[in-house]
Amino acid sequence: MSEQDPIVIVGGGHAGAQLCAGLVAAGLGREVHLVCEEADLPYQRPPLSKAFLKSPDEALQLHRAASWFAEAGIRVHQCDPALAIDRAGRTVQLRSGLKLPYRHLVLATGTRARRLLHLPDGLSNVAVLRTVADAAWWRERLPGIARLTVVGGGFIGLEVAATARALGKEVEVLESAPRLLMRSVSPELAEHVQQVHRASGMQLRLGIAVGGFEVVGDRLMALAVEGVRQDVDMLLLGIGAVPEHALATQAGLACDNGIVVDEHMRSSDPAILAIGDCSSFPEPTSGRRLRLESVQNANDQAKAAVGTLTGHDLPYKALPWFWSEQGALRLQMAGLMPANGVRHRRPGAAPTSFSLLHYVGDRLVSVESVNAPADHMAARKLLEAQRSPAPEQACDPTRPLKSFF
Amino acid sequence: MPTIRFIQTDGSSRELSTAEGTSAMQAAMGAGLQGIVAECGGSAMCATCHVYVDEDWASRLPAPLANELEMLDCTASERLPTSRLSCQIRMSAALDGIVLRLPANQL
Repeated sequence: MSEQDPIVIVGGGHAGAQLCAGLVAAGLGREVHLVCEEADLPYQRPPLSKAFLKSPDEALQLHRAASWFAEAGIRVHQCDPALAIDRAGRTVQLRSGLKLPYRHLVLATGTRARRLLHLPDGLSNVAVLRTVADAAWWRERLPGIARLTVVGGGFIGLEVAATARALGKEVEVLESAPRLLMRSVSPELAEHVQQVHRASGMQLRLGIAVGGFEVVGDRLMALAVEGVRQDVDMLLLGIGAVPEHALATQAGLACDNGIVVDEHMRSSDPAILAIGDCSSFPEPTSGRRLRLESVQNANDQAKAAVGTLTGHDLPYKALPWFWSEQGALRLQMAGLMPANGVRHRRPGAAPTSFSLLHYVGDRLVSVESVNAPADHMAARKLLEAQRSPAPEQACDPTRPLKSFF
Repeated sequence: MPTIRFIQTDGSSRELSTAEGTSAMQAAMGAGLQGIVAECGGSAMCATCHVYVDEDWASRLPAPLANELEMLDCTASERLPTSRLSCQIRMSAALDGIVLRLPANQL
């Protein structure tokens, strides 16, 4: 390797795209290679389960146009995934046979959708939703089906379920946990989400076991819910994702539910960084390892990586925030849900809007907002500034949350 | 393809052509235009694609929906009567030549 060797980014998701933008702003565009497994340039993923799925006219939203990458001097390798890293020789091997030397390598490999152990791959009426190819597959088929079965009551499952309901489909969501959104939101918010979806006619079955898959040819004909057989028209698997760290593991990098990095996004090999959904990073306040799957985490870790690659000290300590749109529900979360918090409810401007403020002792640590985007924006600012207004004041709906800073 | 003229706070401007149906924010992001952040990618969740619509054009846009109105209260730069989120401006032939001024700050 030499100082002239490029910066190679593996993974064309949100983190990879944001890193490209940051490196171009730092004047380093001509030294960047972006390695993408998919055929498309980096694109916005959130619309895939909503607007993109709903309308055949909805175009894919690229982060940056092809002309921008060309003008910036970034060499993009589309449809050419990385297969192996040679750490001693500092090269990355691509599927096409190309071997890219690097002075710094950034792994932004994201996640892949989890599969069900007893359900074979390649069925013609079962799919996940991660990529635009997946979304295009669903968009083509959804109009023609009567009934959608969703396994998994997480964000992706519920977003697609709500979209399918809006398209007039019969929808059933099967969740093995006792409630929806077990990993990501509070029980109180999950309860509200459940009520809204049930009111829309969505069938939700919680705390149930799914099995008894009946496959004929390439088609899943039926499954058993709590031992009772039911027919399947189409089935979406939305049971979470696992970090894509096969490359890192093969290269001998430390991995622990993701590629282990420090606050500068450096892996156990200082020439290799990891950012976004695939990174396991030290949470700034507790120091415990955390892996987040969100646009915010991808963007902000990319910014921290730009700092590391340009010799500036920008440790990652951004406030986590994320959102989900499920039909008429706009959920926005700021800060991480505490295990032992006390919840206070702040009424919203409309009957369908409110926020839940979570305190540990007298410290505000997390705010969940439903159809209350102004509260969410104010909450992010309060949490970033570590301001903790007293709960009775913060829950007074006549007083805007932003008045507390 | 309709064209948008973005004017920076220093008075410099840049014209971008974009397909009908795409948002002004997408046109700006695709070209890497300085001054539009668009953290949420067009979901009207973050108020970081704030623009001031030139007065001649402001009245020709459909009125903002409730979501956008609420987010406009959260912009980093001052909200003016002509403030809009550029992710909610869908381009069409009727908007060819629209002039959008960028605010000083988005974050």
